[in-house]
Amino acid sequence: MSKNQTEGTNSDLIFYLNGNPIPFNTGDTIMDAALRAGEYIDHLCHHPEFKPHGSCRICIVKLDGKSASSCTQPAIKNTHVTSNSEEIIGQRKSLLQMLFVEGNHICPSCEKSGDCQLQALAYQNKMLSSHFNQFFPKRAIDASHPAVFIDFNRCILCELCVRASRDVDKKNIFWIDGRGINAKLMINSPSGKLRDSDFSINDVAAQICPVGAILPKHQGYEIPIEKRRYDKQPISVVEIDCQKRSQD
Amino acid sequence: MKISQFTNETIASFNHQSDMLLQILIKIQYQYSFIPQKSITQLSKKLFLTESNVLAVIGFYSFLHKEARGHYDLRVSNNITDQMLGSLELVELLCDKLAVQLATPRKDKRVTLDTTSCTGMSDQGSAMLVNGLPIVELNKKRIKTICQLIESGTPVNQWPKDFFHIKNNIQRRDILLNDRSDNSEAIRVFLKQGDKKLLKQIEFSNLRGRGGGGFKTGFKWRLCKQTIAKQRYVICNADEGEPGTFKDRVLLTTLPDKIIEGMTLCAGIINEDFTDHSVSGLIYLRGEYQYLRESLEQVLQKRRDAGLLGKDILGKKGFDFDIKIHLGAGAYICGEESALIESLEGKRGIPRNRPPFPVNEGYKNQPTVVNNVETFINAALITIHGADWFEKIGTEQSSGSKLLSISGDCAKPGIYEYPFGTSIKQILNDCGALNTQAVQVSGPAGSTIPAKDFDRCIAFEDIPTGGSFMIFNQQRNLLDMVKNFSAFFVDESCGFCTPCRVGSSLLKQLIDRVHQQSVSNYDLNEIKRISHLMRDTSHCGLGSSASNSVMDTLKYFPKLYQQQLKLTDDEPVFDLQAVLQQARQLTGNDNV
Repeated sequence: MSKNQTEGTNSDLIFYLNGNPIPFNTGDTIMDAALRAGEYIDHLCHHPEFKPHGSCRICIVKLDGKSASSCTQPAIKNTHVTSNSEEIIGQRKSLLQMLFVEGNHICPSCEKSGDCQLQALAYQNKMLSSHFNQFFPKRAIDASHPAVFIDFNRCILCELCVRASRDVDKKNIFWIDGRGINAKLMINSPSGKLRDSDFSINDVAAQICPVGAILPKHQGYEIPIEKRRYDKQPISVVEIDCQKRSQD
Repeated sequence: MKISQFTNETIASFNHQSDMLLQILIKIQYQYSFIPQKSITQLSKKLFLTESNVLAVIGFYSFLHKEARGHYDLRVSNNITDQMLGSLELVELLCDKLAVQLATPRKDKRVTLDTTSCTGMSDQGSAMLVNGLPIVELNKKRIKTICQLIESGTPVNQWPKDFFHIKNNIQRRDILLNDRSDNSEAIRVFLKQGDKKLLKQIEFSNLRGRGGGGFKTGFKWRLCKQTIAKQRYVICNADEGEPGTFKDRVLLTTLPDKIIEGMTLCAGIINEDFTDHSVSGLIYLRGEYQYLRESLEQVLQKRRDAGLLGKDILGKKGFDFDIKIHLGAGAYICGEESALIESLEGKRGIPRNRPPFPVNEGYKNQPTVVNNVETFINAALITIHGADWFEKIGTEQSSGSKLLSISGDCAKPGIYEYPFGTSIKQILNDCGALNTQAVQVSGPAGSTIPAKDFDRCIAFEDIPTGGSFMIFNQQRNLLDMVKNFSAFFVDESCGFCTPCRVGSSLLKQLIDRVHQQSVSNYDLNEIKRISHLMRDTSHCGLGSSASNSVMDTLKYFPKLYQQQLKLTDDEPVFDLQAVLQQARQLTGNDNV
């Protein structure tokens, strides 16, 4: 779980995010403190309820001029953190583009469209094309499970399902196999298929995927596209609202 | 022996410890040339791990396989220095003679041929590994003999001995290689002078890490000592993976006692007290050097017998310290200290987030010192001869000497030990390098030094180095080097973070296109943009330094790139045929 949010903050402990003072507690990362203060820093592999991971690098910021990932970097008193400079936005956009070309993403027909954090961040950062050449990897789909299907084409290796299944569900169903550009999500079952694991649609790991890689079956397009979570408002607004509601 | 019996015995020999998974897998791999499914199932049951956990570890390390590799597993070193000595042609010859394709086991399961990252034999290349054992000085004649030996089914231990003869090639000695002190002296000094005084001595000597990082050794030891814990670890990083470097191989061969002495000294110094605190040692030996393991084990045993290791060292009550050797299995990233720790714990070698730093939470989350082989030797020497003696050598900011692994275009490749502050020019002169175009210092992640900078010096404040020193004369095309390095980083990226995982592949595509003269100014700018992105946003040093050689050569040798331009436009080159070829492959339809 994230840091104890009811604990009072020490008024001495402040850093500046894009010029705004952000109070923090000892042990907070930049991300922890920023989200609590209602400031959204773009991120994909980070989830407040899980141990910081730092793999997607979308939350990259400048900390007193040096690059740092805000989800893993502890907040430091009186430092200046920049998350909205032209340079940072450009870098973040390039990282998003890398994630798009590495897999096979089909936004217009994807069930997750409008609920997808990768897509929402691409909109938020005004990404108009994938820019780099597509890798077109060949990845199979696992539709073996009665309630959930996995489309590895859309996996961005954020490892949220890995962490959820290991740390919360205590099932250890998802693992990363391979290395480098050949790293891929793997399912722990005798056949390697989801059907043969003890995965359930009620697992936290079934709900946590920020993209359309792990999707429930039998409920396609119940909410029409254009009326979904990130269709109406940018992800920064939606997520901060959500954060505030959970704090109330 | 049956697979299940061998697997069981191996698991038992490692006391059923799940953190020994990697070590167990390495043993099974060498026994069967792969990890049979039966072993995977057994391992997961006996070690209480999921099968996927075992598979994930196998999938991470280049030397572990799920498919049988056959009786002879050949890996030809493909560092640029091997290629300069003709390794590419030798690989072709092997493919031809053995009728195999790269990375695909031959149908009769007799042989698999593959390439591998630098095996640490650049001064006597081309080199290869046969069932894990290094063969050096490859030429067509040796390759032909090897093919015959394979076809006739001759066991590797009956192959000509001179194939496996590894030379030390020590060409220049200074304080470290000239030392003739007794192998227990540093420990005796420690017992006489105590931890506090000696820690100050190491700090005062200004010793900095010799692996390339240059972190102050004394400060690292102090940080570890200050962390409150009952158990501490001293780890020797002998995962010398930087292409072109081989000095640790020579130190492990010629001065193993001094390395272990340095580790023992460190254990003594960082221990809070000898009553209820303990320190244990580990040597992480790269898989390519597993042939050194036996001799190292013998040295450890000799030292135990002499009371220099084990319980109550040299009679000092409570001064207990022993060392275990762990093997790597073909992963350059494991030279990064936190990835090395993960690997020691039997996991995939993914660098950890920092903080916490290893000095606070390292191996098994206990305070840990990780130092390079050469650093431990220096620490022992400083203890024996004093900080003043050490500080006098080198420059103000870089005390002492540095071992360089010199290879490439020179008359006398090998090990050269120099005081810090020695110029590139002098080094080139000493090793008989003529008409040098550039020197690549510190491997693919290091710097390309052009001729105009040969007055610059080896020092932390000028040209820092872990020890790799590859020389390229005027006849060489430096783009071959850049291409080789870009492929190296694709192979060795761990895949954890986006910029390194994807960026290294994008960079390789662009550099390959430079090679093929299929680029425009736009593409060169793309190279720069991706390089900056990887440098700024990567999770660890591998990704952030992966573009150094392309950036350096773009800066110092712009003509090299200009002459490859197909278009000078600021538009990308569009090669219709290449795109159609891709479409043909995707659709399986040649009419596209």
